[in-house]
Amino acid sequence: MNRRSFLTASVAAGLATPALAADGAAPCAPTRGTGDLGLIIERATGSVLIVDTTTRAVVSRIDGLGDLSHATAVFGPSERYAYVFGRDGGLTKVDMLACRIDRRVIQAGNSIGGAISDDGALIVASNYTPGGIKVFDANSLAELASVPAIGANGKSSKTVGLVDLPGRRFAYALYDADEIWIADFSAGATPALTKFTDVGRLPYDANVTSDARHYLAGLFGEDGFAHIDLWAADPKVDRVSSGYNAGRAKLPIYKMPHLEGWAQSNSTLVVPAAGQHEALLIDLETMKEQGRIALHSQPVFCVARPDGREVWINFAHPDNDTVQVLDVFTRKIVHTFRPGPAVLHLEFTPRGHEVWISVRDADRIDIYDVRSREKKAELKAVKPSGIFFTSRAHRLGV
Amino acid sequence: MMRSLELALIATLSCAITPAFSADRSRELTALVREDCGSCHGMTLKGGLGAPLTPHDLAEKDAMSLAAIILDGVPGTPMPPWRGLISEADARWIAEKLKQGFPQ
Repeated sequence: MNRRSFLTASVAAGLATPALAADGAAPCAPTRGTGDLGLIIERATGSVLIVDTTTRAVVSRIDGLGDLSHATAVFGPSERYAYVFGRDGGLTKVDMLACRIDRRVIQAGNSIGGAISDDGALIVASNYTPGGIKVFDANSLAELASVPAIGANGKSSKTVGLVDLPGRRFAYALYDADEIWIADFSAGATPALTKFTDVGRLPYDANVTSDARHYLAGLFGEDGFAHIDLWAADPKVDRVSSGYNAGRAKLPIYKMPHLEGWAQSNSTLVVPAAGQHEALLIDLETMKEQGRIALHSQPVFCVARPDGREVWINFAHPDNDTVQVLDVFTRKIVHTFRPGPAVLHLEFTPRGHEVWISVRDADRIDIYDVRSREKKAELKAVKPSGIFFTSRAHRLGV
Repeated sequence: MMRSLELALIATLSCAITPAFSADRSRELTALVREDCGSCHGMTLKGGLGAPLTPHDLAEKDAMSLAAIILDGVPGTPMPPWRGLISEADARWIAEKLKQGFPQ
């Protein structure tokens, strides 16, 4: 059989006999790639949607993932498996091709998110109760390690801002202990821990730049960010944008800003200010604030278009029906529009031609052409929140 | 008999403290608590960055002080004051319902 006829036969067999899947489960889509697939959290129903970004369609709905408020997902390197971290401590491995749960464990009482190691072997969950991180084998979800987050103050702390770093390392912050830890699993399941103490009061979220150089934690207990230059021979914590609320009232925050998906655009980082209707511009060369952009309301996510030219921003309750677009080059807001009630998340297609927006209270995903700003499609979804495309598999720190 | 007495008592107490609301307002407040308070306290109210808000967790707190926390926030923590977005009657309704077990 030549190669062409072998392929034809394989595809034909796959189409005709879907029961060929190894475990007998019917595959949802015969022979296909995963590069244009995505996963959308339906927070209230404990379900996820598998979606196709090329056809702008829902491929399948998968139920049984537990409490998915604030759920996040990461992808294994093959882009076949998604790992979904639920609020109730559930860690679910979803098979994106077979459209089913591959396996699932309850790993904690209360969880906030997770990350995957650069080699795809380790899944790490960041937990509130009991506070700390847990490490799992990416294939079997067998627990490999548990690292409690006991700060120098002796308190068990909630962990936030977990990101992966090159070399089977992870960085995260201890909300109740004002610390940042780096856990190095390069030598096995027992991590080498590097601890930074007194980083600033109440770090609530953090992220790392795509070059794994700058780790930045937002501080709730004071104005500013704790920053670590991870490329330094002897990394230390310093403050960035300290005192940005000085001399003006800090507004009540009805939804905490998120640093996940922050915008890194050329040499500029765009981050949400806590307690102001502003985004802050930070120069990555000097790590100094270089400007502030007045916004519609308090930002939640500042998400960079993949080429970095634009940043799309959503807002906290009660102004969360609106999205604004910042041109980072001209530093102007170039577009403001209202997708609908409760815009919770935005995700760009891998090369940024379209953006998917979850409009929770309209039970809808809206898909926009990024350049014309025109809506291309709407998908029904039940109280959708996070949108995660498989291209995240190949990005660091997501 | 005991059960119905209890129910009658609870109903009486609830009426005494909890303002009467339209079904629409109850639905709006239920959604607000589940969805927006839920972003910190969890949609099931079992806690997150914010404290858990189940009847068990709130057993030591009375409804009036809970309503005060809802209206005025907790300084030094991320709990914001909701005064301005909801009324005092709204806050009392939420506090009572949290104590009783919040509706879905």
